[in-house]
Formats: sequence, C-alpha cells, structure tokens
Amino acid sequence: MQLKGKIVLPGEKIEIKDKRFTYEENGNIYSKVIALIEEKENKKKIVPLNGRYIPKVGDKVVGIVKEIESSGWFVDINTYNLAFLPLGEALQEFIDIFRTDISKYFNIGDIILAKVINVIKNKIIHLSLKEKGLRKLNQGFIIKVSPYKVPRIIGKKSSMLNLIKQKTNCEIIVGQNGYIWIKGENIGKVIEVIKTIERYSYVSGLTEKIQKML
Amino acid sequence: MRERKNNELRKIEMKVQVIPNADGSAYVSFGNTKVIAAVFGPRELPKFLQEDKKATIRVRYNMAAFSTDTRKNPGPDRRSIEISKVLKDAIENSIFVEDYPRSTIDCYAEVISSDGSTRVTALNALSLSLAMAGISMKDLIVACTAGKYNGELIVDLDQEEDNNGEADVSIGILPNKNEVVLLQMDGLLSKDEFLKLVEMLKDSCKKIYEEQVKAIKNYFENV
Repeated sequence: MQLKGKIVLPGEKIEIKDKRFTYEENGNIYSKVIALIEEKENKKKIVPLNGRYIPKVGDKVVGIVKEIESSGWFVDINTYNLAFLPLGEALQEFIDIFRTDISKYFNIGDIILAKVINVIKNKIIHLSLKEKGLRKLNQGFIIKVSPYKVPRIIGKKSSMLNLIKQKTNCEIIVGQNGYIWIKGENIGKVIEVIKTIERYSYVSGLTEKIQKML
Repeated sequence: MRERKNNELRKIEMKVQVIPNADGSAYVSFGNTKVIAAVFGPRELPKFLQEDKKATIRVRYNMAAFSTDTRKNPGPDRRSIEISKVLKDAIENSIFVEDYPRSTIDCYAEVISSDGSTRVTALNALSLSLAMAGISMKDLIVACTAGKYNGELIVDLDQEEDNNGEADVSIGILPNKNEVVLLQMDGLLSKDEFLKLVEMLKDSCKKIYEEQVKAIKNYFENV
C-alpha cells in the first residue's frame, strides 16, 4: 500500500531537526525513533509511528481518577506517571478540606477532561479544570489508541471527527494522550472506525476508506 | 559437520509486534535458535528504585525448560543472570536513558528453542522490540557470533560448533555509528585470528541489519 512518506529508522541520517525525535552528532542529524518523513508544501515534518504519550503543557487530556489525596486527585493519563489534579484547580468554590469528603466531587474511576498546566522534570504533572469545556465526563466508554495517531483521528480542522460524530450520532472526546471517550448508542461502530484509522493512519486515501465504512 | 560456507549465516526470520499486550515485541530466529522479546515502557517504578536523571533498564533473559535437548531447570541461574547483565549494558549504551528520568523500561527475552548464539539472537530481538516501542535509540543494535571450529574461522555458530569449537566471539554493534556495545570471547585465538573474525562479523552484521530494516518496513508497508 502507498505510504504518505518515507520511513526512517533509529540511527538513520535525516535533514529535519526536531529536538524530541532527532539528535545531533558531529554536525549530522539522526533520527531517534521509527518515523515517517512527511512532505507538505515543501515543508518536511517528522512524525513518529509509535511510542508512549509525553505530557506537554497545554494539552487537553482525558484521564481516569486513580487515587484520592487530602488535597487533590491522582489521575491516570496514559503516561509513565500519574498526574496530579489539585483541589484548587478542580473546583470553583472554596471548601474546607478538613471537614469535607472530597470524593463526592471526583471518585475513583471517574473520567475527566483536563488540561496539562505544568510538567516538572518529566516527573510531576499538574492538571487543571479551569477552562471552558473541561469537566467530569459522565458515563460513557474509554478506548486507548497510540497518541501519535490522535491527529489523524481528529483530521484537518477536526473534519474526520465531525464526520464520525455526524454519521454515528455519538458524543466523542479525543484526548491528546490517546484516551478517547465515547458516549451514545453506536459505540461498536465508532470503535471499529477508530481502530481502522489507527491501523491505516499512515496510508494515503484514508478519508475515502472511512467514508465507505460509515 | 558444517554444511554452510564459513561466512554464511543460517536462515534468518524476523517479525515485529507479535505480542499485542507489549509496547514493542519481536520474534527472531536464526536456524533453530528462536527468541521472542517484548518491551514495556517507559513506565512507573517504585520510588526506591528510581534514578533521578536516567531511566532504569531491567532485562530478563530466560531459557524455556523445553528449549534444549535435555531439560533445563526453569528459573534464573548463574548463566542467565550474567547474560541479562551483558544485554542490559548493551541496551543502556544504545538508547537515550536520560530522556526518561525516574521511569523504567522492562525488556524480556524468552528463548523458546536453543541452538547456539542465543544471546545475540536475544539482542537482535530486543533491538527490534525497543524500536517498535518507540523508545529513543541511537541506532538499532545488530549482534552476531563467530568462532573457530576444526581450525577454521566461521560465523554464526550453532550448538555443536559452540560446544566443540576452540573459541567463540559474540559481538553487538551499532551499524550506523560503528560502535561496539557487546563484545565477549571465550577460548583461545591469536590476535590475527581475532581481527579477522571481527572483519567477518562486520560483514555478517550488515546482512542482519538489512533483515531488521526489512522486518520493520514490512510491518508498516504491508498493512
């Protein structure tokens, strides 16, 4: 099948520089990971084909509450550490933490849509809910995809996502970390479509394929 | 008796992403030596094991009880602990450990059928698994064995040549960097013989590298 670009392997010499996925040695640039070199309007871009989610400030992520502390919650956001959601960033009103059971706001197993506001030394990750649209997601279903396939699932100006939403009548929220929250009646169909996108994401002619599926 | 030419490798088979639960996995076989490897991570580590500035690499090399002709006692023994250690050192020197502070990368290599050269086969499989897990690497790791058998210098030893030969050398290199990450020798060799073996190994490693590249590209191109 036709790929959208050229595959490079770790250690292969390339021309584009990207601090996250390439390294420099003796004036030459080499790739660190298996990636695709995409060429768009004379601009080359390196896109890794696999790997774990690396938290970045400003990313909107879908997370699952895993632990409750006295001053906040620990949330699984599909990376190498649990992220922390402090009380002050989660709630609008003031509450007395010594006299309130904070599990009534978020309990273990709850799904939230949050924003990464701080990453300290790749270790401590802070989340926030203080922005429009960030909230607890009631009911619904979560599936996991590779975080590097997320842009494909969303599509150009969220065209792909809107297409799926329209045709299946489901509520879908895609986190940058690769967790996707779905609510509605046609969940099976949505999962099938998303898995197809994940498998064929670097092949050209994807949109037509999905349109046919739906 | 050896039916191959002195510098001929056994039949190589490589396949990636054979284990869906792992982040990266690979199956590699050199003739009758068959290894499955899986890599998990970078993932969380208990606090007392964390290292502040780099990732902790944990490697487990294990031979299945049914892998040899006489039953191998299952579980870790002196030999497998040593091999796990040399594989760990080789991997640590070929990936960017400082990219993943305080986390761990767990690597597992299971020998399911053993016919000589198991450690280099395991290293080849681990290299593919690490690349497929998306971990930052300097280069793919390519490994091969060579030795002296009946007075002749040969590459890719099988069990009989390993047991009855005069010497054996295992090497692991980063082909694009020309760096050596694993080098072990057992037996007696003169300096000239050793240097000649290293030259032969370089050629074989080139062939193995091509196989690795083919395995990865195959996975992505033939969906």
